Amino acid sequence: MASRQDKDGRGRFPGRVTRRGLLKGSAASGVAALGSYGAGAQEVQSETARSGETVDVSLNINGADHSFTLDARTTLLDLLRERMDLTGTKVGCNHGQCGACTILLDGTRINSCLMLAAAADGKAITTIEGLGRPDELHPMQAAFIQHDGFQCGYCTPGQILSAVGCVTEGHAGSRPEIREYMSGNLCRCGAYKGITEAVAEARDATIEWAEAT
Amino acid sequence: MRPFSYHRPSSPEDAVAQVAPMGPAGQGGAFLAGGTTIVDLMKLHVVAPPSLTDIGALGLDAIEDRGDGTLHVGARVTMAAAAEHPAFRDRAPVLSDALWKAASPQLRNVATLGGNVLQRTRCPYFRDNVSPCNKRDPGSGCAAMDGINRLLAVLGTSDQCIASYAGDWANALILFDATVETLTADGGRDIAFADLHVPPQDHPERETILGDDELITGYRLQIPEWARRSVYVKARDRESYAFALASAAVALDMDGDTVREARLGLGGVATVPWRAREAEGFLAGKTLTEDVATQAAQIAFQGAQGFGHNDFKIPLGQNTVVKALLDAAAVQLTEEAGQ
Ligand SMILES: Cc1cc2nc3c(=O)[nH]c(=O)nc-3n(C[C@H](O)[C@H](O)[C@H](O)COP(=O)(O)OP(=O)(O)OC[C@H]3O[C@@H](n4cnc5c(N)ncnc54)[C@H](O)[C@@H]3O)c2cc1C
Ligand code: FES
Ligand code: FES
Repeated sequence: MASRQDKDGRGRFPGRVTRRGLLKGSAASGVAALGSYGAGAQEVQSETARSGETVDVSLNINGADHSFTLDARTTLLDLLRERMDLTGTKVGCNHGQCGACTILLDGTRINSCLMLAAAADGKAITTIEGLGRPDELHPMQAAFIQHDGFQCGYCTPGQILSAVGCVTEGHAGSRPEIREYMSGNLCRCGAYKGITEAVAEARDATIEWAEAT
Repeated sequence: MRPFSYHRPSSPEDAVAQVAPMGPAGQGGAFLAGGTTIVDLMKLHVVAPPSLTDIGALGLDAIEDRGDGTLHVGARVTMAAAAEHPAFRDRAPVLSDALWKAASPQLRNVATLGGNVLQRTRCPYFRDNVSPCNKRDPGSGCAAMDGINRLLAVLGTSDQCIASYAGDWANALILFDATVETLTADGGRDIAFADLHVPPQDHPERETILGDDELITGYRLQIPEWARRSVYVKARDRESYAFALASAAVALDMDGDTVREARLGLGGVATVPWRAREAEGFLAGKTLTEDVATQAAQIAFQGAQGFGHNDFKIPLGQNTVVKALLDAAAVQLTEEAGQ
């Protein structure tokens, strides 16, 4: 893959592919989403990408293929929430410090706030929307409900994706190990006890689910 | 983030040919590895490279045993992969422990060993992009000196900068006489890892001896057989997912209770990855008692200077060294027992 500068250079996406369009999604989904976004969004709005600073990106998201032309600054988190309206993935700190934005990238858990969409080109993403279905919950989702692994629920999508990663990486062997390997997800409500129990209970079923899918 | 152009070359040679010349303090073009430092700092506008050269398609992601105790580690091996690798876990646990005790599982899944050693300080005044900071904005002053400097360094500081080196793994790597292999458009070179980072002195904006377009391709390490007796002790504000307030990396070659050779690295307390060579020299030939460990810890912190809020790091750091030395001495080497 060579440089991804806009090929015709004449701005098929003339300098405006940036945040105006991207922000539409959060405006529609309300004040809370904008409020939680913090300073980052405003900073980006004030500066517009020039031609040559856009990238073409293909991703499989929750089983479906998508292609985008994006401002190179777009993180995976921006893309999922603002462009795809997949707002299950949450914005917490936006700096790798909380885990609210955790997704699976080719099956591996990562913080979507610190990964540029361009750097994930060609990969497959699973978000909370693609993990299970309302009528067929992933065992980890069911276990979080059963063990009260949340209170307000804001950290929960990230916790659940992280929990699936924790199990498939082989780090859910004991409760101390679960606590250590779930430490990348903070819960302001302090639901840690229920979270640990949920991960311990859903461990085997999560492995079976992964083998079956 | 400021706009930048994004490039993803497919060979190391193309990468170094393509990276735009950098200015001071990383304000020019830059390499992108896992992005967990640089994307964070770009969002804060602390760095604003006009171009990013993504090294994600270059390979450089293997750990190879080259015989004679020599290990070759690619710059794009992730922290997670390295932490689990038997070459580290079984032969030099300190190199594994310093990784799994760092950052979070999600970060370790993408962060690379090349980016890891080059991570920037977590000094709040460097990161706030407003305060005077000689590292971010040379000549502007240092807000940390008389500010809230609880997290900052007590060793290797200068009157220009007291920012602490935040990473863990480098303090373990420095024990193994590692060589950094690099590439530029003019060819490659070897750098002794201990020479890679430079203390702040009069130029805190300059953190390493790397050239602007110089790519780390990997590391060569010499791991002695006795490095199985090694530990990483990390003291922090919470039990996991936090930077070190003080840490100690220790590897011991023991003859019974007597130290043949000790290696000691310090983290969280110094401006650069830190090897405490005088304390190492003191330990050689001694019977390792708590008293001897305490004396070694005092030697390791000779000349340390606190700046108020961080004064506690001197006793904390010493206690961390004592614990690491005693923990390492107590490691049971199973094969040795059977010999
Ligand atoms: C919330 C949080 C907590 C953390 N906690 C810890 C911790 O407890 N302990 C710890 O040690 N670390 C910690 N970190 C830091 C983390 O380990 C580093 O951010 C990570 O290792 C950097 O690697 P990367 O591949 O993401 O680097 P990048 O961000 O991609 O790059 C970092 C820098 O290195 C340059 N670079 C990268 N690769 C190369 C190369 N091959 N050659 C030349 N230049 C290169 C880049 O241009 C950039 O300037 C934490 C980070 C966060 C966000
Ligand atoms: S939003 Fe990504 S880690 Fe907090
Ligand atoms: S449930 Fe409220 S933050 Fe975790």
